Amino acid sequence: MAQDDKIIEQIVDRYDADVGMLIPMMQDLQAECGYLPLEQLHSLAKQLSLPLSRLYAVATFYASFHLAPKGAHEVTLCVGTVCYLKGAPKISEAISREFHVETGGTTRDRLFTFQAVNCVGACAVAPVMIVDGKYYNGVTPASALEVLYGLGKNETSVEKDGET
Amino acid sequence: MTLLSNKRLSSIAELDAQRKELLSSRAPSTKSVYVCTGPGCAAKGSPKLYELFREAVSQANVDVEIRAKAVGCHGLCEYGPIVIIEPGDIFYQRVEEPDVAEIFRETVLGGRLVDRLLYEHPATGEKLDTVDKIPFYQVQQRVALAYNGLIDPTEITDYITEGGYSALAKVLSSMTAEEVVSEVEAAGLRGRGGGGFPTARKWRSCREAEGSPKYVICNGDEGDPGAFMDRAIMEGNPHSVIEGMLIGAYAIGSSDGYIYVRNEYPLSVERLKLAIEQAKELGLIGENILGSSFSFDIRINRGGGAFVCGESTALMASLEGRPGEPRAKYVHTVESGLWEKPTNLNNVETWTNVPAIINRGGEWFAGIGTEKSKGTKVFSLVGKVVNTGLVEVPMGITLRQIIDEIGGGIPDGKRFKAVQTGGPSGGCIPAEHLDARVDFDELTKLGSMMGSGGMIVMDEDTCMVRVAKYFTDFLQKESCGKCTPCREGLAQMLYILDRITDGEGQVGDVERLEGLAELMEGTALCALGKTAANPVISTIRYFRDEYDAHIKEKHCPAKECRGLFRYEIDADACKSCGICLQNCPAEAITGEKKVPYVIDQEKCTLCGTCWEKCPFAAVLKV
Ligand SMILES: Cc1cc2nc3c(=O)[nH]c(=O)nc-3n(C[C@H](O)[C@H](O)[C@H](O)COP(=O)(O)O)c2cc1C
Ligand code: FES
Repeated sequence: MAQDDKIIEQIVDRYDADVGMLIPMMQDLQAECGYLPLEQLHSLAKQLSLPLSRLYAVATFYASFHLAPKGAHEVTLCVGTVCYLKGAPKISEAISREFHVETGGTTRDRLFTFQAVNCVGACAVAPVMIVDGKYYNGVTPASALEVLYGLGKNETSVEKDGET
Repeated sequence: MTLLSNKRLSSIAELDAQRKELLSSRAPSTKSVYVCTGPGCAAKGSPKLYELFREAVSQANVDVEIRAKAVGCHGLCEYGPIVIIEPGDIFYQRVEEPDVAEIFRETVLGGRLVDRLLYEHPATGEKLDTVDKIPFYQVQQRVALAYNGLIDPTEITDYITEGGYSALAKVLSSMTAEEVVSEVEAAGLRGRGGGGFPTARKWRSCREAEGSPKYVICNGDEGDPGAFMDRAIMEGNPHSVIEGMLIGAYAIGSSDGYIYVRNEYPLSVERLKLAIEQAKELGLIGENILGSSFSFDIRINRGGGAFVCGESTALMASLEGRPGEPRAKYVHTVESGLWEKPTNLNNVETWTNVPAIINRGGEWFAGIGTEKSKGTKVFSLVGKVVNTGLVEVPMGITLRQIIDEIGGGIPDGKRFKAVQTGGPSGGCIPAEHLDARVDFDELTKLGSMMGSGGMIVMDEDTCMVRVAKYFTDFLQKESCGKCTPCREGLAQMLYILDRITDGEGQVGDVERLEGLAELMEGTALCALGKTAANPVISTIRYFRDEYDAHIKEKHCPAKECRGLFRYEIDADACKSCGICLQNCPAEAITGEKKVPYVIDQEKCTLCGTCWEKCPFAAVLKV
């Protein structure tokens, strides 16, 4: 607990407790924890003398914030216009079907969190999928599944670490 | 290669001296390897190529100077990874890791070409060895992207060597704030972020507005899907954006700047951060810049993945740490913006053009383009086009030139159907208007808009009702929900479009869509809602027959909407191989050796597996 408070203190100090920098603070908190744990939000609100609802409003407005823990890996599929035209919906369907996961959700075994975003700026090589920061271009449903099956391997206990 | 001793430059003379020193230290015999690490090439693994070239350089035992550089987007992403060798301007495409050693041995050391890696002229088959011979580059004119692909974006010295920060020096040493604004006015520069608002007018209003401090913001949110111009600039030449902001801040009288970068662009944030750090070390950002009385600081904020935050007032709300909801704009942001202070917001590409205008003069800039749209525009040319990539063209060029001459036309022998410009608030332009000139007003007249520069080409296989539905769905999800017309109007439009593409459209649906569109345009709070119906309206305008076919004949002419077309086997093309039969999950296909197979339409679930699996393209969509 004490250590948790320390994280918040550091983050608040980093931005001189400037309320205008609330979003960067929450981004840092998420980078630290993988998501926004409720307890931490409480202490952040307290340190900044803001009502928790204000933080909650921000957390739910912006798509990049998560209130629940994420999977061990981060899978981001672009469904921007170009990727969409070049077959992203089929890839998304295939991933949802094979891994029983909706976009925005995490697989039951916490193997990965599956996100859909609108354009990652690599449209020239669409469709694009990003797994833990690595870009895959010209993806097909089959090649996407192959990459994701690869995630399950070489991993002894996936459930244990929730970090990405 | 870095000569600078990280010493603060305290005068313009010192900056000039620094540049001279950098220039003279580069031997004329220096050989350079430029590896493109822009978004497209990087996705194809070019950073690894760069590493390999660097290794090769460090191991080469020769007495000429060789340098390997990782540079920003070169444009022809489709053929990436791209590697350029100087001297000679040799252009290698689709370079893979095993090619590195050969390029290094043959071309860099030996001065010979590696034929296999040269670009092949699509029509003549001739191998083209240099950049300027490739049709893709011939029609282009580079101002904003002039140094992309030439400089290492992580080295401020590269930018300075190429004349970087000389525009800032010129402004600080010899121009008043008003003179700067007048120069930009003479250039006729209009905002590249979508609206096309005259930049000088915005600057002047902000300068004259009461209140302090004043803020200067760079909009790097680049929310339009299909667009990556701003990303390529922020990552390929971040200092040009910073220099533009410095000049703007000087003209406006501001000492506080922000760059707001889209959450999906972590590399842009990294590059900009580094660039700001380096500029600070040299005293190009901070107090008393280059010994003048002008001070300016820049902060970077990351977005949170909300499209609406590209809108000026929503962006400012986000910078204040609040949800990015826009407000009505009867009070302009130049008077009351961020923290209710006068605020000037410009797009990345707008800022990038500023140093060039100061260096070469407003008149020079105004000499490019059309009467009311000056200069060049960067487009991301993507979708169903042969040469996908980043292009910069003078305003006034036709759509046909961009798509055919630069883009190389439509792949796979398909027919062109439409080009979508302007992002989710834009529209689709059909073949009959391909000779229209690309400028702000012309595109608006056609029911689309310039937008930020996404240009998405669609071929005959694209269903235009689905395109309209895609954008409506996008906007419905991204609507902030603050005003009713946008929140509810989009939901209703989507509902109607859904039923049309499901084959349940009703006569009168098109008119219903038009009614909603009019309502939203007239009553929505911000430009997102006001323009949200554009994709629907422009597709109705040019492709009304496709809507009617869906509604009245329950048929999708592009054969994309499931259930609104059938699969049949072409008896002449069928080789009776049986692959379709084996793969059909519904057991709807029958046939035997030497007799063409048939699909039982009663049993067929329209899954399309047979169409995907047939090796002879004998399964047809009808
Ligand atoms: C919904 C919406 C989204 C927008 N997104 C962007 C964007 O991503 N990038 C951008 O530069 N401008 C965007 N704009 C336009 C900005 O509001 C603003 O006009 C522009 O950044 C001003 O800069 P400029 O005058 O240099 O073009 C958007 C506008 C709206 C209504
Ligand atoms: S649309 Fe997918 S990367 Fe741009």
